[in-house]
Amino acid sequence: MTAYHVLIVKGFQSTAGLQSTLSKAGILIMSGLAITIGLRAGLFNIGAQGQVLSGALAFTYVGYRLHGLPIWVHLPVALVVGAAFGAFVGGFAGFLKATRGVHEVISTIMLNSIMAGIVDYLTQNQFRLQGQPNTRTPEILHSARLPHIFGYPSGFLIAVFLAFFVSWVLKKTTTGFEFESVGRNRNAAWYAGISVKKTIILGMLVSGAIAGFTGAIFSSETTGYFVPAFYSGIGFDGITVALLGRANPKALIPGAIFIGGMRSAQSAIQFEAGVAPDIINLLLALVLFFATAPFLAKLLKSNAKSITTTSGWGS
Amino acid sequence: MDTTLLRIENLSKTFATVKANDNISLEVNKGEVVALLGENGAGKSTLVKSVFGLVKPDSGTITIKGEVIEAGDTAAAIRHGIGMVHQHFQLVPVMSVAENIILGDEPHKGAFISYAEARESVKELSDKFGLDIDPDAIVEDLPVGLQQRVEILKALRKNVDLLILDEPTAVLTPQEIEELLQVIRNLSSQGVGIIFITHKLREVLAVADRIVVLRNGKSVGTATPKESTESSLAQLMIGREVIFRLDKKEAKPGAVVLEIEDLYVKDDRKLMSVNGLSLSLHAGEILGVAGVEGNGQRELVEALTGMRPTVKGSFSILGEVATGKNPRAIHTMGVSHVPEDREKDGLIATLSIDENLVLNQYKNPPFAKGWIRNIAAVNSYAEKMIEKFDVRTPSGKYPINSLSGGNKQKVVIAREMSQDSKIIIASQPTRGIDIGSIEFIHNQLLASRDSGVAVLLVSAELDEILSISDRIAVMYGGKIVAILDPHDVDRTQIGRLMAGATQ
Amino acid sequence: MLNTIKSFNFKSWKFLLSVATFALWIYCYAANMDITNSVVASGMRFGMPLALASMVGIMCERSGVINIGIEGTMLLSGFTGFYVASYSKNIVIGLVIAILTGVLTSFVHAMMTIKWGMDQIIAGTIINILASGLTSFLYREGSTVPNTWPIFDIPILSKIPLLGASLFSQLGPIQLFGMFLIPGIWVMMNKTRWGLRTRSVGENPGAADTAGINVIRMRMTNVMIGGAIGGLVGGFICLELVGSFSKDFTAGTGFTALALMIFGRWNPLGAFAAAILFGLAQALATQLQIFGVNNVPNQFITILPYVFTILVLAFSAGKVRPPAAAGKPYEKEQS
Repeated sequence: MTAYHVLIVKGFQSTAGLQSTLSKAGILIMSGLAITIGLRAGLFNIGAQGQVLSGALAFTYVGYRLHGLPIWVHLPVALVVGAAFGAFVGGFAGFLKATRGVHEVISTIMLNSIMAGIVDYLTQNQFRLQGQPNTRTPEILHSARLPHIFGYPSGFLIAVFLAFFVSWVLKKTTTGFEFESVGRNRNAAWYAGISVKKTIILGMLVSGAIAGFTGAIFSSETTGYFVPAFYSGIGFDGITVALLGRANPKALIPGAIFIGGMRSAQSAIQFEAGVAPDIINLLLALVLFFATAPFLAKLLKSNAKSITTTSGWGS
Repeated sequence: MDTTLLRIENLSKTFATVKANDNISLEVNKGEVVALLGENGAGKSTLVKSVFGLVKPDSGTITIKGEVIEAGDTAAAIRHGIGMVHQHFQLVPVMSVAENIILGDEPHKGAFISYAEARESVKELSDKFGLDIDPDAIVEDLPVGLQQRVEILKALRKNVDLLILDEPTAVLTPQEIEELLQVIRNLSSQGVGIIFITHKLREVLAVADRIVVLRNGKSVGTATPKESTESSLAQLMIGREVIFRLDKKEAKPGAVVLEIEDLYVKDDRKLMSVNGLSLSLHAGEILGVAGVEGNGQRELVEALTGMRPTVKGSFSILGEVATGKNPRAIHTMGVSHVPEDREKDGLIATLSIDENLVLNQYKNPPFAKGWIRNIAAVNSYAEKMIEKFDVRTPSGKYPINSLSGGNKQKVVIAREMSQDSKIIIASQPTRGIDIGSIEFIHNQLLASRDSGVAVLLVSAELDEILSISDRIAVMYGGKIVAILDPHDVDRTQIGRLMAGATQ
Repeated sequence: MLNTIKSFNFKSWKFLLSVATFALWIYCYAANMDITNSVVASGMRFGMPLALASMVGIMCERSGVINIGIEGTMLLSGFTGFYVASYSKNIVIGLVIAILTGVLTSFVHAMMTIKWGMDQIIAGTIINILASGLTSFLYREGSTVPNTWPIFDIPILSKIPLLGASLFSQLGPIQLFGMFLIPGIWVMMNKTRWGLRTRSVGENPGAADTAGINVIRMRMTNVMIGGAIGGLVGGFICLELVGSFSKDFTAGTGFTALALMIFGRWNPLGAFAAAILFGLAQALATQLQIFGVNNVPNQFITILPYVFTILVLAFSAGKVRPPAAAGKPYEKEQS
């Protein structure tokens, strides 16, 4: 039981804890957004992890390689590059799906491993900072660092803003309508004049871009240098957040804060309560299981926008 | 000796908010043909599905030959000697005829199926009922009429005491319908009890011993063919007088707006289903394309609306070539489309009624300005449409799957007919709709025609074609085999043409 | 039989590919017998778990249930099998437990998707996340498995010159079992009553229902049989092939298996062939590395199977016909 106590204290009550929680929450919101926007278009982008890694590494590289630029140029440029790489990976999967009918669940999981391998290689070789005991890249310049607001990481604010923005796009723009339509009924969308192929590719591009952006923000906000292991779990926690929020952008926020808190307290748990940190993984998995389980689904079934991704293997 | 075969007592079944069956009681005797009549949505299918165990009634009992049947158990129903021919075929497309027929009761040696025995038994069945079929043919390769045969043979395979036929004539030519009715008479003379569901009054009068009419889930009366006419039955079905011939003005056809030249289109199985079709459609006329389903109508409509590629030939809209264009482009050329499968192509079930009303116009002003949509404009337009087309709903913001079939179709019609189009292509527009809505939709089509729009009406319901078309084109085997004037034609003649007979 | 030979399409790409592969094999064998044998044998050993994992996918999908959770099933089964074997010092018990774990895991998946109608891909993902969470939490280092399985050389067949040494020698019991199981599943699917009914449930459950078949029961049973096979694979990898448990041992096998299933057109024999080809490709890649294509970095070799999987999918998916009802929960009462 002390473990739970630790969770709450370390997660939310201390200032340091709160900062850490919000920081993690911001990352999770964005990761969840990446997946959510894909889900809205009927795409299950499990490959967020690989896209996050790509974006993070790309960002870090631009972060430490471009010298002599003021922050208001350097930071946005680097962030965009990060997003672009994520988009590239995601878009590739989208392209495969639109043209060859390759189901994105399999292709993105494969891409996760592929990107992990590539990123690993680059970190150990071309991008490596020599003379360090661990394998890492050089640190990014100050001009690529995300500023703090009153000591709190601004990543969280960006994330919340992004969540509202995505929600607005889905409801009030033509692109959003296209996503929603293709996600619910491809035939009718086609009949309505929407290009299903383009929407699928765009969906994966955007999803990947947000994921890449997430990785970039993480790098900018926290360590500032890239070690692959730092990013483990962002992609998958993002899936949990998205499913908990039932693919609704604004509903991601509470879930992300909750999970962020748990993750913040994760290392503390081992020291203070003697429980293996992996319990968090298990706890989260159980939370996800019960949250998406049917009794809740039945309650909400009549009106809820139920999430479906099984459009089958072929196109 | 008690000749009562089936007794249904106080059966009720509610689906969500709809009471599909309301305290219905019914009896069928040995060798009796009972026609279950009622318009779409009256509860006929639900009732017989309860008998067959596909649906579990909320209350009431079903007794066969004196024994009460367990509810919701199809296997039990089959054991009690009930067979059913379903409205929507329950066949496995990728399997052979024999496999479909033996499914569930396979001749076997241990765990292994004896295919030889299976083929034998199919041949025996074929001979016994005079329904010829190749046991090894793959069902999805068969034309729809033969698929119907497989469905029927499947039901007749066991020694049934009670046979239920749910709208069995939807895909048959008039001649095939006659043959089926004869099969029914034979069976009933052998002592088999028959429940025959249909909404076609003609068939009812031809074959029933007794007629039970359902309306809004209740049983509203019984009659016999001797005492009934089509009008009296229709009145029972709807509860008010029905006008059979619409009050329509003469058409004033104008210039040619759609010209199809020697069109060839392939279906999903890569077979040529539109086979050199040519046709002209004029402004201000309703051209009815009559034909049994499966003769290329669906592929023709899909090609004309840009949803399916063409292989050869061309068609042009208002003089401009339209072959190969996508749905959006064709729509911009002035074509509206009421699709055959509204759930699949015409509507997005979980979106609101409002959104569905602007489904194919979401990008155009006033509903959107560039990238940004104008939701208020959408809502106010929808409000007007809902009022004008009498869509029954408390609010346009509800998801469209909260509407009944007829109202959903009204939404599609509302959408397609309010777009200033020059051509409306309506494919099976009144299928599965209640009579009130059918009348409404027909009037809308006539109104459009009167204002100069060209209407291409594709329908398997001959009565519909005869009732509102200005010209009739009969389609068979992917071609137009005749163009007729509804005033000088009779059903037998059309029936023969629909079956492929040459003049 | 004669008819089959007469109607056989000698120009089909599959036939030509097989002939070319066989010719290549003979060539390599002649060039260097030992290496060729070891590569082929490795290929078989890598391919078998993939083939069996595909069987899991096939059992589930042909009855209409998409199972993305194969990865998680194998992970959990390998875990329980390994630790039970290690604790009880008995690998047979370990294997049995692994199989049971597989059945239990798939039972959970079946409940979620069949009974409760959850989206099948999401349910499978949840199983994977759960499995990952459980195993990482319960992981203890340093356990070992007591002994290994007896290894067989099939009596006469292992003496055949070209094929014997690589295909029929040095086989562990699970691998041997797999060689019987896979054709067995093919026979079951295509020649038995159970197979016909399963296929009908996967293609048109409505038709099966009206024929008196209990759709829910068929689907659950098939999924659980699949789960048992999944448990077998997990146990196989941890107890026989690798002999240890690491947190990540499945390494995408479950997903590759799905790709192979699609490539093999949901046919057990097709998936088996695809799996063996895949295993061979992997074995070849490892062999090439040994040969001293040393410039290729480690990571690139590691990611090869993943690249292959995408290639497999890109060149097969899209024109395929999955079982028609796969992915849709069956709802009996449709008004």
